[in-house]
Amino acid sequence: MSVVLECMLLLFLIVCAISATFNKRLLVTVIIYTSYSLGTTLIWALLQSPDLAITEAAVGAGITGILFFLTLKKIHELRGTSDE
Amino acid sequence: MSKHRKPREAKEQKSLWARFSSWVEGDEPLYEKSRPLRKDRDTLSSSGERETDLSRYLLVYHILAVFICLSVTAVLLVTVHSLPLFGSPDNPASNEVVERYVESGLQETGAVNIVAGMILDYRAFDTFGESSVLFLAVSSVMILLMRDKNNIDLEEDTLTARELLMERKEKDIILRKVSFIVIPCILLFGIYVVLNGHLSPGGGFSGGAIMGSALILYSVSFGMMEVNRFFSLKTFRAITTCALMVYAASKAYSFFTGANGLHTGIPLGTPGAILSSGLIFVLDICVGMVVTCTMYGFYALFAKGEI
Repeated sequence: MSVVLECMLLLFLIVCAISATFNKRLLVTVIIYTSYSLGTTLIWALLQSPDLAITEAAVGAGITGILFFLTLKKIHELRGTSDE
Repeated sequence: MSKHRKPREAKEQKSLWARFSSWVEGDEPLYEKSRPLRKDRDTLSSSGERETDLSRYLLVYHILAVFICLSVTAVLLVTVHSLPLFGSPDNPASNEVVERYVESGLQETGAVNIVAGMILDYRAFDTFGESSVLFLAVSSVMILLMRDKNNIDLEEDTLTARELLMERKEKDIILRKVSFIVIPCILLFGIYVVLNGHLSPGGGFSGGAIMGSALILYSVSFGMMEVNRFFSLKTFRAITTCALMVYAASKAYSFFTGANGLHTGIPLGTPGAILSSGLIFVLDICVGMVVTCTMYGFYALFAKGEI
């Protein structure tokens, strides 16, 4: 069971990494990157290193995303996307 | 030509220190880029030639990028294939160092969580370096993004004033109500993670990051002015420097004598109790303080340019 879950998570990571690089919109890329961090968190928890999992969840999925969003807002990349 | 050269000589006459200080202030570049004169450039290459050159380079660039990506992937896959199995007992990583940590870590450090015992007792110097790196990072962000009298102009000033007014006017009621309930829980969880660093998973860094994100959420939902009531630049400076100094002072003896498992005279207490494992408890709190301040400082400096 846990092997299946691990394989699914690893596939999820690969899909996230590829789609983050090939996406045109920076906002979507940041969201995908954040979900990549979430997948990494689950993998750390499965590999029995809860210390790393907590840190990854707080830093990778939380604060890095916020800093990316702030930077995108500063360089006006949130509004000038192709959809609007 | 001579007309062109004169101002440059005048600039050369300014002392090196004056030029450097004006560069720091952002008034003039440190050195001038020497570009060929316009008439020389025109004869050097016609524009059509340059464009074909560029497109050729672009093609080569794409091919090289794909090739490098594929070769790096192949190398990594081969390496992964020849790695030893995860968790097998005869890995090269499970040597006498790990054995020492696992077997006598609890007796020597008093921490039930072996990871905390490792990073805050055996390798306390590394953790000190990491906290200092965070401190230096937030200091350099402060140098770059902090708004002060010298780098503010009138236009930017009115813009921030308008933003402040908007912030006060728009009341996102869902965000405010939800964060009113959630923020105390996040803060409490962060404090729990910091204080239980030697007993359960977590520790200074992760707990500090959680508390920092709680502060960021507070600042997002209630505005920067509310946070400034209890967390201003003064408190930021005081907390970060005091925490780093306490860390350095409490471990200085061990650092200077080679970190060789010296007896500090502080009782380790019974393993499992909240007040146990000697200095690790104090160091956890220090690291947590530094990380909280740093995370919030990053956010505040990026968002508004002030803490």
